[in-house]
Amino acid sequence: MKLRIEPEVRPVVTSALALSGAVGVFALAFGVLAVGAGASVWQACALSFFTFTGASQMSAMSVIASGGSVGGALGGALLLAGRNGVYGLALSPYFGESLGKRLLAAHFVIDETTAMMTAQTNPRLQKIAFWTTAIALFSLWNLGTLIGAVLGSSIDPHTYGLDVGFSAAYVAMLFPHLRTVNGRIAAAGGALLSVVLAPFVPIGLPILASGLAIFVGLRPQKEQPDA
Amino acid sequence: MNMSWALVIWLSVGAYAFKMLGFVVVGSRKLPDMLSRCLMLIPAALLAALVFNSSFTDGQSYAIDERAIGLGVSIIAAWRKLPLIVVVILGAATTALLRMA
Repeated sequence: MKLRIEPEVRPVVTSALALSGAVGVFALAFGVLAVGAGASVWQACALSFFTFTGASQMSAMSVIASGGSVGGALGGALLLAGRNGVYGLALSPYFGESLGKRLLAAHFVIDETTAMMTAQTNPRLQKIAFWTTAIALFSLWNLGTLIGAVLGSSIDPHTYGLDVGFSAAYVAMLFPHLRTVNGRIAAAGGALLSVVLAPFVPIGLPILASGLAIFVGLRPQKEQPDA
Repeated sequence: MNMSWALVIWLSVGAYAFKMLGFVVVGSRKLPDMLSRCLMLIPAALLAALVFNSSFTDGQSYAIDERAIGLGVSIIAAWRKLPLIVVVILGAATTALLRMA
């Protein structure tokens, strides 16, 4: 049997698969870093399956890696997860009334699915974009984590510089957020708070406290009147 | 190490609660612009904090060592728009090589 895909659907599916492939490679890095930070292979896999939001997973594991408590790790990670709530607001109108479908779809509301869905203009393609990205990305994210975690179990994290691997991943994820003035101010403020507070409060708390920098968003927007 | 299943469970429950909050509970109502602007700045503030805190502190004291140079290399790589995995490998490899020296 030959799989036939309509011409208008093809680019949507292609970009969903390409994006998922890239994210799968990131998952490989997450798997290696998570076991390096002290997680078991199953804990790393459970995070990818049930938490399924990359930046939060990374942040929790790096606080643990630096000796922070579970509470400290949770604070920053949940704050990062908070933005998915905002994505949910944006995507909600695209979905029907079925509560079951909404509860299922909610698990897949992340940066990538939001970006892919909102890039489409026609309702049918929006649905295809969301679900293709959700399924492909979820599969490769979990597969990548498993492979990375198994590989990571056999190497010493300090020797291979994996602690810096975390920071390097954040740097790459941070750059797109520096395109706006507010993004740059929030980043600078967060960085400053996290370093200045470090000697005075328990490990992990400076990360949570850096969240105060988001209140720069309260200042009136002049450069982006349509934002 | 403080890794535990409790962290896995709470983080998963919390992350799903947030995803659902916007999606199911609030429905199609709109948040005030000011609030959603602030919320969208969370990644910028927290990612920058994670980078600087983990590169220049060791526990509760300051430390400038091989990590700072590894970070510098990864910043250049990210700025040159290299793929994430390349940025990670360059940062980690630089640090590993310096530690070996």
